[in-house]
This record gives sequence, C-alpha cells and structure tokens, in this order.
Amino acid sequence: MALPITAAGFSWTHTDRDQPAVGPLDLQIAAGEKVLLLGASGAGKSTLLHAVAGVLPEESGEATGELLLGGEKPDPRRGSTGLVLQDPDSQVIFSRVGDDVAFGMENLGLPAETIEAQVPRSLRALGLDLPPEHPSAALSGGQKQRLALAGIHAMTPEVIVLDEPTANIDPASATEVRDAVLTVQAETQATMLVVEHRVELWIDHVDRVIVLGREGIAAQGPPPQIFSDPDLNDTLVDCGIWMPQHSPTPRRGGTAGIDRSSGRLGEVLLRTDRLSVARPRMATPAATDLDLSLRAGQALGIVGANGAGKSTTALTLAGLLPEFSGQVLAEAALREGAKRTRPFAWPSKQLAARIGMVFQEPAHQFLTSSVATELELGPRLAGWSAAESQARMDELLEVLGLTGLAQAHPQSLSGGEKRRLSVAAMLAPRPRVLIVDEPTFGQDALTWAGLVEMFLDALEHGSAVIAVSHDQAFLEAIGADLLELGDRSSAEHAGTSGSDSHVRAGDRGE
Amino acid sequence: MSERVIAVSESLDMHSRPSPEVAVEDPGQLIPVVRSTSLARCNPLTKIAVAFVLMVGALLSIDLVSAGVVLLAAVLALPATGLDLVAAAKRLWFLPAGALLAAWGTALLAEKTGDVVVDFGPILFTTGSLTAAAAIFVRALALAIPLIVLVSTIDPRDLADALIQHLRLPEVVVVSVLAASRLLGLLVSEWQVLAMARRARGVAGGSLLRRTGSLISGAFVLLVVSIRRATTLAMAMEGRAFGRPSRTWRRRSSFAVRDVVAVLLSLAVCAVAIGAAHMLGVWNPIIG
Repeated sequence: MALPITAAGFSWTHTDRDQPAVGPLDLQIAAGEKVLLLGASGAGKSTLLHAVAGVLPEESGEATGELLLGGEKPDPRRGSTGLVLQDPDSQVIFSRVGDDVAFGMENLGLPAETIEAQVPRSLRALGLDLPPEHPSAALSGGQKQRLALAGIHAMTPEVIVLDEPTANIDPASATEVRDAVLTVQAETQATMLVVEHRVELWIDHVDRVIVLGREGIAAQGPPPQIFSDPDLNDTLVDCGIWMPQHSPTPRRGGTAGIDRSSGRLGEVLLRTDRLSVARPRMATPAATDLDLSLRAGQALGIVGANGAGKSTTALTLAGLLPEFSGQVLAEAALREGAKRTRPFAWPSKQLAARIGMVFQEPAHQFLTSSVATELELGPRLAGWSAAESQARMDELLEVLGLTGLAQAHPQSLSGGEKRRLSVAAMLAPRPRVLIVDEPTFGQDALTWAGLVEMFLDALEHGSAVIAVSHDQAFLEAIGADLLELGDRSSAEHAGTSGSDSHVRAGDRGE
Repeated sequence: MSERVIAVSESLDMHSRPSPEVAVEDPGQLIPVVRSTSLARCNPLTKIAVAFVLMVGALLSIDLVSAGVVLLAAVLALPATGLDLVAAAKRLWFLPAGALLAAWGTALLAEKTGDVVVDFGPILFTTGSLTAAAAIFVRALALAIPLIVLVSTIDPRDLADALIQHLRLPEVVVVSVLAASRLLGLLVSEWQVLAMARRARGVAGGSLLRRTGSLISGAFVLLVVSIRRATTLAMAMEGRAFGRPSRTWRRRSSFAVRDVVAVLLSLAVCAVAIGAAHMLGVWNPIIG
C-alpha cells in the first residue's frame, strides 16, 4: 500500500527569491519507512513536505529536478498523501466532526454508505469517541489535530506527511497526537515523513533521521547513530534541535533553578482577593477563589489542564478582563501614580507601563511596521526620553539577535523571531509585572534558551513574571513557584493553602 | 472509557467554556436548537420557501390583519421549531424594542387621520396614525421571526448539500464558501483578542485620531492573520484531494412528506392572512 519517495536534484525556488527554499536534494525513502526530518529554521523542511504532498502552489515558485512518489509526480487529487499541518485551528474544514472526517472520502468519490460506515471507525481509531454531530469548534487543539488525522486515516493514505503536528499544543496532548499518528501509520503501513523540533517525542518511533542543511542533506541514519555521533552534535545544536536527554541551558544566569531565597524577593506588587475569573458574558467562572500575592522578582507559573481557566486568569490579572468576582489589587509599588487600585480600571497607557501581557499568538500584538519601532513604542508611550528609548531599543535588538532585522516588518519574521519580539516589546518599558501565555509553544531549542534569558533578565531587574505554561523545564529554568488550577475544587484548595499572602507552590515537579 | 469522557469535558478550550450542565453547543449558532422536531428536520430549501411565503404574506400589505395573522401563526409555530426559546428571548430582546421604535416613528409621522388620541406639544397621535404604527410593529415582528428561525435552524452544511444536489450550484464554490464561513466566526474572537492586545500595548483609548489609527493597524493585523489562516485551510483542503472530479456526498439532501406539509401550511397561513385583510376591508397594498 505504501509508496516510496525519491528525489533527484530536486529544488524549489520562490518566485521572489534567488536562493532555493529547498535543495537541490537527492533523497531515497523506502515504501513504509518512518522518517523524522530535522533542520535549522529556513532549511526548507516545510517546503519539502508541501512538495511531497503536492500542495505547493505552482504559480508561486519554480521546481527543478525530480520528486516522485512511487514513480509519479505528487498530486493531492490522487488522495494517496495525507497532510497534517501545524496550526490546529486552520485545518478544521467543517463545523461538525463527522463532516470533517468525511471530507476527504467525499472528494475521492467513495459511495455514501462506505463513508457513513468509515466515519465512526476513523473517529474511534484516533481516540475521538464523539458523535458525528459534535461541533468541531468545541475541540481542544490536540483533539483538532487528531480530527485532521482521522480525516486522513479514513482516506487510507500511502504517504503521511506531518509538518510540526504538535508544535502548537501542550505536551500532554502532544503525546496523544504522536500516538494517533503512529496508529494511522500502523494501520495503513504508509510511508511517514514528519518534521518536529521535539526529537524525544519521535526518536523511539522512527526508522531514520534526516538532517536537512542549507545545501541538501547534512546527515542521515538511524536515530541512535545520529544522536550519538559527536561530530554531528554541534550541527544538531545549531539547528535548534531539542536533543534527547539534555535540555538546553541559557548562556547567562547560570544553572536552571536559580536561587530564589526570600532575600531576592522585593515588595508585593499585585494581590488578589477571593478572585474568580470568567470570559466575557459567561455565566459561570472558569476559576474561583484565587488568593495570591506577587512580589517583585518573583516568578509564578500557572499550570493545570486545558480548560482550567489559566488564560482567563492571566488576562484578568493583566487588567484586560474584568474580575468575575473578588478583586485584583495593585499595591503602591506597582501603582506609582495611578489613582485606581484595580488594573482593569487603568487607562491603556497606564496599564502598559505597569503590567505587560504577552499573548499566545505573537502576531496579534504587533502595531508598527518595523522591528525597531515596535521595540521603541512601549518606552515612548511610557514617556521615556528619545535617548533612553533608543538605548533600550539597541540593547533589546542585541539580546534578540535581531539587529540585522531592525527595519524588517514584524509580520515577516519567522515564528521564533516573532515570539521573541513580542516578549521583548512588552519588556521594553520595563513593566513591574510581566504576564505571558505559553511563551515557549513551538520554539526550537535555541529560541527557547533566548526566551529564558530574557525572563531571567527581567526578574533580575525586579520585575515579577507570571507565566501560563505547560512547559515544566521552562518554569524550572526561571525558578517559578507554581499555582495549579484544576477543576473547581482544587482551585479552591490552591486558594486556601495560599492564603498566607504567598502562593504555596505545592510540588515543583522535581 | 472514563479517560475519553475527561478528554471531552476538558476539550472546551479557552475561547468558550459553557457551564457543565449545558450540552456541547456550537458557538457559531445564533440560538441553540434543543429539540429535534419535524420542522427542524425539514430540508433547508423547504425552510427558505416557508420563510419566504410567510414574509410575502406579511409584506404585501401594510395592515394589522394580514401581518397579525402571519405573526400569530409564527408565534404559535415557535415551539415546533425546537429552538431554545429562553435563549432566544435573552439574545433577541432588542427585536421587539426595535419594532416598537419603528412604530413610534410611524405614529409620529404617519398621516394624521381619525380622532386625536394624544396631543402633547409636538407629539400628536391620532387613531389613524396609531393604527399604522401598530401595523408596522406587527409587520416587523412577522418578518423577523421566520428569518430568525431560518438562520438558527439551518445547518450551513445541510444548506450546502441542498444547494449543490438540488439547485446544481457549482460544488467547488459552495464548499469553499462553506469552509471559509467557519473562519468568519474565528474572526470575531480574533478581533476581541486584538482589542485586548492593543490595550496591553498602551495604544487603546485616547483621542479620536489615536483610536482611528489603532483601529487601522488592528484591521491590518487581522487581515494578515486571516490570509495566513485561509492559505493554510486551502492547503489542508487541497491536501485531502479537494478539487478532484466526481465528488460524492455523505448525506443525500432529500424531501419528505413533512416538507410538503410545511410548505402547504405556510401557503395556507399566507392565504388566510391576505383573505382576512380583504374581507375586513383593511387591505392596503404596498404596490399600486
């Protein structure tokens, strides 16, 4: 059933670029082989996957050489290739899960009875025991990815192509998605090609690792050989690959889990009083009875399952959503001239100078047309002098490694660069409190370390950091106390145990 | 098994988290359908026809009787639509309010015939103008209710099936529009996030000029994000063999006896409405 993939001198060049996005490349992947594709960002991994899936728009670039699937040019209309992309939201096609799974089979022209019988089978195979009428909008990110896989499973593909399928979802769901991929592969015996930075997720489940360099294939071989070869180590690290067994350490700030003895902590900045939070127009709160206080220099990690109200809590603490009940209170050290005590009551300008909020999707936060002005905006609004803002901007560009891109448009940056820029733009006016939502989603090992460094720097300067994150390693690296939001009852528990004006971290997960 | 249940209950991500006792609800729906009735199961084309016939009955003449008959029939039929009427009342309270406003305007501006009822400075209501106002009020509601039922009970997917299978509209276009319409829903929540993000960056509020500027930059970001989404969606659809000839349909869009009954009933209501207006001599056609 499976098809081999062969490339001979294959390359693809975007119409507006001189350098090819991928290749020239020679490649031999046997039918039914499972391959993990690695490479630095910009090495053309996604372009290669899209070429294999046959979805590269013909008018947007030029191909040279040859890329064949079982001896034929890739054509998605044959239905032999299943493609899963990174962003869960953009892959849902219909509003009911049954229709979504059926989409590919309908396109293939299968009879209605066959489709009707296959839909529940594919849903079950991917661990989605949902009625076909279930609205797809009510699925979590991980479930949406498994829905996309169910649609592919139903088409019984001969090649499965996966473009960072777990990059935008939390680690627990990532494992489920990985297992779902393996289920589809095992049932169809299809050739599998996956791009992913999180190597440890796949290393025990693939036959071969291919490392893509700027000029073709840099290395390839079975996983144990690739990851034990000392000569390859530097190449892999430079690619930003998460090496199995050891997580990257930030260059500055020394070891993970820096000393956070009470001496380092300053005055209380932000406090909550029996706080319950909810999205606008919701009748029931997402999390209830939070009593916490945040000190200067303190890092607080908000953790918990999907839907436990973590993001809502972060937005409420950031003064962007009104409290459902109870209050968020800014202490004198944070107020500094603001009249009101509730951040939600502050005008936008006062808020931005005091509490920075970094959203999950960095593209949402960019307001200007260049990286430099983006970094300058915050300090300027906060009333810094031109010289001060300029100095701060230069400093941040340096830390970000974006000096060469100072005039580039923020929306044109790569995912990792955007993420770092959005954090830096919030940090620029040195707000006393910085709140971030999943800052490390989709980061490769290099940008991850860069982010950790920026947070450690902010903490050293006496800012407090609240991070919503599933990333244990990140929370440990910034030395965060943990606030676990669970179902309603455990949130209450966290609230009462933290009533002595400091959040009891519970277990640090060590 | 229990793991599955947990997975489902925690699936409601950060965008919406309805209270646990409510069954999973499609956030895109105007008013949730809580019961499956024969009317709700009718073909979308039937529903459109019924709404159209009823609206013609209410629209042809400006009088209390014809619109009143249609409104009465529509209200009596509401339980048969399977809609959550409490939610409807909560979300659509402004409809009667709007109709009342239109009626107030009519009462002020319509020809002042008949006896004077209210004479208070600039406000002069006569029996004639009040009758016209009542007709406008009833008419507005008689037009609105079928439309709302239409929008709330039609599943876009069913409509697409019907349009392609019965009206022979081109399938690539209909399916693409259907898929894109789902992204429109995302746009709303996206805009809410953008508004918060602008406030967090310190550029919300301020002078009108500043607000306009930040609105424009926000719209640009929204455009960038949507184009990226749409491109990905197109790629995902293409990747699943969309565009290949001889597509089949999982569901046959069909008509049943209930469809005929629904159309006949609506025609009857329309005939009664027009007939009653003629018989009572209040027929006041909008044309001619």
